[in-house]
Amino acid sequence: MSGVRRWDIWTLITTLIFIGYFVFLALPLFMLLINSFFDGTTGEFSLAYFQKFFSRAYYMNAVWNSIKVTVSVTLLSVLIAGPLAYIMSTIRIKGSGTIRILILISSMSAPFIGAYAWILLLGRNGVITGFFRDVFGLQLPDIYGFSGILLVLTLQLSPLIFMYVSGALKNVDHSLMEAAESMNCTGIRKMWKVLVPLITPTLLAGGLLVFMRAFADFGTPMLIGEGYRTVPVLIFNEFISEVGGDDGFAAAISVIVVLFATAVFLIQKYIANRKSFSMSALNPIEPQPRKGWVNVLAHTVVYGFTAIAMMPQVYVAYTSFLKTSGRIFVDGYSLDSYRDAFSKIGDSIFNTFMLAGISIVIIILAAVLIAYATVKRKGAVAGVLDTFTMLPYIVPGSILGIALLVTFNKQPLVLSGTAAILIIAFVIRRLPYTIRSSAAVLHQVNDSIEEAAISLGASTMKTFFKVTVPMMISGVIAGAILSWISIITELSTSIILYTGRTRTMTVAVYTEVIRGNYGVAAALSTMLTVITVISLLIFFKLSGKKEVTM
Amino acid sequence: MSVAIHFKDIVKKYEDTVVIPELSLDIREGEFFTLLGPSGCGKTTLLRMIAGFNSIEGGSIAFNDKVINNVAPSKRNIGMVFQNYAIFPHLSVAGNVAFGLQNRKVPKPEMKQRIDDILNVVQISQYRERMPKNLSGGQQQRVALARAIVIRPDVLLMDEPLSNLDAQLRIEMRNAIKEIQQEVGITTVYVTHDQEEAMAVSDRIAVMKSGIIQHVGTPRDIYQRPANLFVATFIGRTNIINAELSGESAAPLLRIGSGYAEQLPPIPTGIPRVSQEPLPVKLSVRPEEFILSEDGTGLPGRIVSSMFLGLHTHAHVELESGQRIEMIEQSTHGQELAQGDQVRLKIDTRKINVYDETGEVNLTAGARP
Repeated sequence: MSGVRRWDIWTLITTLIFIGYFVFLALPLFMLLINSFFDGTTGEFSLAYFQKFFSRAYYMNAVWNSIKVTVSVTLLSVLIAGPLAYIMSTIRIKGSGTIRILILISSMSAPFIGAYAWILLLGRNGVITGFFRDVFGLQLPDIYGFSGILLVLTLQLSPLIFMYVSGALKNVDHSLMEAAESMNCTGIRKMWKVLVPLITPTLLAGGLLVFMRAFADFGTPMLIGEGYRTVPVLIFNEFISEVGGDDGFAAAISVIVVLFATAVFLIQKYIANRKSFSMSALNPIEPQPRKGWVNVLAHTVVYGFTAIAMMPQVYVAYTSFLKTSGRIFVDGYSLDSYRDAFSKIGDSIFNTFMLAGISIVIIILAAVLIAYATVKRKGAVAGVLDTFTMLPYIVPGSILGIALLVTFNKQPLVLSGTAAILIIAFVIRRLPYTIRSSAAVLHQVNDSIEEAAISLGASTMKTFFKVTVPMMISGVIAGAILSWISIITELSTSIILYTGRTRTMTVAVYTEVIRGNYGVAAALSTMLTVITVISLLIFFKLSGKKEVTM
Repeated sequence: MSVAIHFKDIVKKYEDTVVIPELSLDIREGEFFTLLGPSGCGKTTLLRMIAGFNSIEGGSIAFNDKVINNVAPSKRNIGMVFQNYAIFPHLSVAGNVAFGLQNRKVPKPEMKQRIDDILNVVQISQYRERMPKNLSGGQQQRVALARAIVIRPDVLLMDEPLSNLDAQLRIEMRNAIKEIQQEVGITTVYVTHDQEEAMAVSDRIAVMKSGIIQHVGTPRDIYQRPANLFVATFIGRTNIINAELSGESAAPLLRIGSGYAEQLPPIPTGIPRVSQEPLPVKLSVRPEEFILSEDGTGLPGRIVSSMFLGLHTHAHVELESGQRIEMIEQSTHGQELAQGDQVRLKIDTRKINVYDETGEVNLTAGARP
């Protein structure tokens, strides 16, 4: 709370980070905008791309599809995960600790792996489909298209709502419930009048996160959509496809998408600000043991949801141990898929670790500095930095990928095809997790701690490294693990930016699935899952927490 | 080692808001000096200006003859104790105390000796290797004090150090702080809003309001001869009564209401007046400065409520003017101040303070001009 703005080392650091964000985030988005307004061949100003987009039913259809999917997924996630969190917070469920971790794990994998697993289970030749057809003579409904995307994304994203609501319920004081009851407000009325308003800010925050993820997801509709075209698919096709691919048009769609996402974000923020308040419970709601049918029902619902959410990963892991012959699974078990995975695309494992590793080192350094600059050195530049760090929530990964490509595929800075461009994309997209959790710890650190160090003769830098950093470190590491997990499971940016030399595991899984090489894909997916689970366990161990805030 | 602190025309501004306008003050070497005032009066701001955490927009602060305006906080050789202690949570008790010594590159054997000594002084030697989270509030407070003193600072600054402690511990710690300060003899500037605490520990007190020092004096001086009405009401409890002053400065006559007059001790500065008209004044009469009249003269009033508290009995009395005053009587056997009783009150003329109508000037003998 220093009265004077001193021009010290922090001014320099903030400026450098600012320049980094400007060059690698603001400039690419600006280039995207330029590309969308200027004709790709003639170089003249033109609104042709936008005209093309809005005049053809083919494109508007994709927008409509995206909105349908996104809204449905968000609502369904809230409707499923809200009650689920309520049940787990009020009724004692056997093994609830494990259940929470399993639900978390299920949300941490790449969504498209879920899509491909559900194809294996419920697709035309799926195991479950076959089972019902052969045993009961029943034809299960088709899961390709809208319903499949809805299934996969809801299962994938509702755990986020579950975690948000569980966290909020922990802060609701039990006395509030009792106060409501004492005023003769009970049952459903109590829930609706007291509990729901209390967790509304949380539902809005979680809902936004689900909305943005569902909106930006590319892998799921690509695999299970089968012609059900959403906007990310459209962008990808326009940008990548060798025939008729059009950067300018892809840029135009991207601009529209970013504007739409920004609008949703601002509306959410506006509503959330008006409804927000802070709570902390002296007397939190404790899960109570229940008897009879309530108990049975609660257990059934919780176990059922967890089983369904975990099914894709478990089944993929199972198939990774099946014997394969060429591309087909045959009877018997073997490690062939793993052998193949290592021999054919072992480089993707190495790439993943190398790219994610370098990214994480940069993320940790940048997050520590940015968190400090924004929390403790409030000012104009810090405010802009704060906004920059929010942008990746709004800009879908594939769009960031395209923006980076159109910016850095020519002089003065050619990065396309390099590992650097992937690292830049990873850092920018996944930095917010680490910043957020570092900043959260830093908010708890009183300014006087640093003043104490200074009054005892320590310099600014010495204070930072000997006092501030040691106090932040738990938050930094916890955030870095989340960033790490989200980097190794990310697909939508890497699919745009990778080349043969920088192929990552998720890209490899995706391409193997497309090729029908299910064994190798399963082996790689399983390895990813194992790495994710181990990382999460380290996270729990270090943070002492049993939940994750995104 | 210890220094005197001289403030000369100090100005503090936040943006365009002047928080402290041209303040001058001298704090003596080795003195326990307290800045006392309501919240927002600028006392913490002033303290942080000494520490260097707040900039100085005008004037100068000097330690002895050396102006420290532009000396970095880390080079001012101050020890500071913060309201929330600001103990480094990742360092042990010894680690916290050693922190300042390490920055001063004190040799290892000497460092150990000095840590041992100071931990003995503040009586926490047995917790030497403990982490702060395993210490009570009072123990953390002692660590903060040890950490601030061990570097042998020129000045010890304390910002409301006791406000987070419970009542019992607060009294215990303030005695400890006073003893330790006397033992080490460092010039100490102490900030608090608790007047009783200020009275208990200080050699001298500066009472502040809106960035302006209202009164600098010993605790006794400030309580008995407050410089103005603000100080009189801020320190202890008091009743403000309108009255009139007439007669000569050597033998002034005080008249309250219609039927009560008292001869006052001489007024040294003379009675400031423009004509022969009686001068309207304001009296500050503390609850214990009322005397129950036995001879039927004095201010008439009716007891509105009374509370027997053992040694004393507190009563609220409504005067004829409608004003309610608070009084304290030593409890006696038999006689009782009962609700509804009509009483007559006199005032102890040697103890009360007489102010001019604005309340800014104390006319009483013994008050500072």
